[in-house]
Amino acid sequence: MKRLKKILFGLAVPFAVLMIWQIVGSRENMAGIVPTPLAVLAGWRGWVFGTPGLGLNPYQGTWFSNVQYSAMRVGQGFALAALLGIPLGLMIGWSKLVSQLFDPLVQSLRPIPITAWLPFSIALFGIRDIGSIFLIFLGGFYAIVVNATQGARDVERNLVRAALMMGATRSQLLRRVVLPSAMPSIFTGMRIGLGISWTAVIVSEMVAVKSGLGYVLWDAYYVGRMDIVLADMVSIGAMGYISDRLIVFIERRVLRWRILQNH
Amino acid sequence: MPAIKIEKLDKTYPGDPPVQALEKVDLDVQAGEFVALLGPSGCGKSTLLNLVAGFEQNSSGSLRVDGKEVGKPGPDRGVVFQEAALFPWLTVWENVIFGPKTQGLAAAGYEDRAHDMLRIVGLSDFKNHLPVQLSGGMRQRVGIARILTLGSQVLLMDEPFGALDAQTRLSMQELLLSVWQQLKPTIVFVTHDIDEALFLADTVYVMSARPGRIQARMTVPLSRPRSIEDTTSESFNAMKREILRQIRH
Repeated sequence: MKRLKKILFGLAVPFAVLMIWQIVGSRENMAGIVPTPLAVLAGWRGWVFGTPGLGLNPYQGTWFSNVQYSAMRVGQGFALAALLGIPLGLMIGWSKLVSQLFDPLVQSLRPIPITAWLPFSIALFGIRDIGSIFLIFLGGFYAIVVNATQGARDVERNLVRAALMMGATRSQLLRRVVLPSAMPSIFTGMRIGLGISWTAVIVSEMVAVKSGLGYVLWDAYYVGRMDIVLADMVSIGAMGYISDRLIVFIERRVLRWRILQNH
Repeated sequence: MPAIKIEKLDKTYPGDPPVQALEKVDLDVQAGEFVALLGPSGCGKSTLLNLVAGFEQNSSGSLRVDGKEVGKPGPDRGVVFQEAALFPWLTVWENVIFGPKTQGLAAAGYEDRAHDMLRIVGLSDFKNHLPVQLSGGMRQRVGIARILTLGSQVLLMDEPFGALDAQTRLSMQELLLSVWQQLKPTIVFVTHDIDEALFLADTVYVMSARPGRIQARMTVPLSRPRSIEDTTSESFNAMKREILRQIRH
């Protein structure tokens, strides 16, 4: 009963917003600018389930492939960011030498917004997948590096001493003490980084490639298909949410000790 | 040859002004001896322990364990930390075998020993628990089992029972005495609790603060094995009075 009440309360405001939107969107002077929720739903259905290639509607039945394009790019760019960012971050946090060598570079490039990299990326890679993946990589990379660095710096001193006392070498210390200690920070960095990666994929697809949710978003706006624009926005949000849940799911498994600690 | 031989040991922390933590400390610990370092906070007793462990380096003087000058930390000197310092992501079992496993020894060579040590500290039924699922006293017992499995001949204990409640502390002291009777390691035990020092140790070194110095060396006359009743005996109280006098001095 209590649960039901909670769910109903949670749905009340969004439902009210949808209702107002439906009513306002139905007014004649709003037609073509803000489509009603029902119109968005209808457009979305065609985008998802329609038969491609028929008529003058270029979006029919292309939803899955566009979601797949975007998700693949995010997957690749983000994986690259984690693969390079985690070890580099740990080393910056752990080794004075690596910190002196790399930290100034990372810190001076980090304030440049990823959107500012767009022209440079297109010039370098052309209108190709790799340009988009590069931007997604950059978007995820800084958050992951900075958090992994912090995690490695925050390792409890007595844990390091205990490991040394038991005969651990420096590289064992890094793998068996610093890495697991920094894991909670690394996951924080990955969640933040993944959010930025989704921003990066949309921006880059608008400009640097000819497929994916970001491309459709901008293209639909140009041809005045606002129903597709809104359906696309919701799709992006859903993808971001699902991928974040995926990381949280993995985090819960890897960091069972941490979750127990906080209860 | 003493297990630990410390001569004219100085430790000064750089700064403005520099802080002298230890001044001309001389200390001999025989193999199998149970030594307590007793003193108020800031007297340098933990610093002294950290120097023996190899966590910090002395400024001058000499510090030998088994005839060798101490450099880095190593498995010959097992440390029990105040807050246990177990790896929270490893189970009790994985924590206990961390040392030999990290050193790449064959599992057959240490697993039996690890089982034995967990039995001695009474944690055989908790092998698969995570440290966070244990009480403070149990965590300290894992910390003890871990260095016993490591095979350390010298055990360095830095106020290991300081954070425990009185009852748990007493049972931990009894456990430690029984472990020591069975395995006869050399123990250096840091504490600010006079009763604890007298109950456990053969020899008590009373330290004074700023700079940290050894003020008095006292042999505890109580016979072994000791029980809690000994802590109310006449000779125990006489020693306690004497140490109180030294500390207030």
